[in-house]
Amino acid sequence: MTDATDLATPPKGPSGKRLGFVVAAVALVALLALLAIGMTRDPRELPSALIGKPLPAFSLPGMKRADPPLTQADLLGKTRVINVWASWCVACQSEHPVLLAWQRELVAQGRGHTLYGVNYKDTPDAARIWLLRGGDPYVDSIVDAKGRLGIDLGVYGVPETFVVNAGGHIVFRHAGPLTAELIRTQIQPLLETGS
Amino acid sequence: MSGLATLFAASGTGVIDRLQRTWLALAFAACGVMLPACLWAQPVTRPDVPLAPMAAAEAERFHVLTQELRCVVCQNENLADSTAPLAQDLKREIREQMLAGKSDDDIKAFLVARYGDFVTYRPPVRANTLLLWGGPLVFVMIAGWLWVRNRAVARGPVQPVDKSFGDNA
Repeated sequence: MTDATDLATPPKGPSGKRLGFVVAAVALVALLALLAIGMTRDPRELPSALIGKPLPAFSLPGMKRADPPLTQADLLGKTRVINVWASWCVACQSEHPVLLAWQRELVAQGRGHTLYGVNYKDTPDAARIWLLRGGDPYVDSIVDAKGRLGIDLGVYGVPETFVVNAGGHIVFRHAGPLTAELIRTQIQPLLETGS
Repeated sequence: MSGLATLFAASGTGVIDRLQRTWLALAFAACGVMLPACLWAQPVTRPDVPLAPMAAAEAERFHVLTQELRCVVCQNENLADSTAPLAQDLKREIREQMLAGKSDDDIKAFLVARYGDFVTYRPPVRANTLLLWGGPLVFVMIAGWLWVRNRAVARGPVQPVDKSFGDNA
């Protein structure tokens, strides 16, 4: 075999092969991009199924007003913030001072009626001691000893916070402790437009 | 921290050791990044009473149903296997609804209304789940297309490189 041009010309096949490589490369890059986007998402940030839905019905004693029990109707008429807490919840400890400071601000704004608690799967004594020691930022705390209201709210961890508008519909939900920034940027605007 | 230091000190100065140390450092850094995530929302961790025993047929139905449902606290576990207290509460709720004569679909709808499509391992086919359901099919089609293409190329005319090999031999 002496035909030098034969050796010099690149193999003919690769036009098809090269396309295959390009497709494989594009697919790989696309997959990596998809995974990279996936990495930036917090798997704990569950989409709330309850946004836009009415606050579930309940009839439970409050820590301050046990009789008659509190119901969803008691919360109608004004925008309310409902914070699910428990004395056994470690993350609630970091959230507690934030709530206390916010409650002072709310009172100053004339919105002292806004913040309610749901005392979730707790014992009455432990809950009472928690509020006596750390201070009570809530108008009242709904006692959900069995966690049934928690299930209706789709609660999967404590603390969790819901904003309910004057019409009794859930407009916001946050899982995890509230921060001053979150309150300022996400919750406070809802109070200003809603109330 | 001293354990970490000895770990690093124990390895020598060779290239492989240096590589190993880099990996170790990366692994520890990754742990450091992941740890705060665990301190975010606290799962419900209070012990509870176990479920009452069930008849065989009922237990089977309960098992099938809870296997298709996700434990929202420990997200990679299904309800059937989970011992997390919230999972226990949900299982009790499911049990009560079964006894009240609710169908499997009623019970699933109850949970989806509260926790979203996320609780079921078989989310419904909708616009936002289309990629999830159709994705694998698309990948198989691409793979099939590539395979057919490759075969066509392989069956094509004998390539010059092969010819030169034959001549030299």
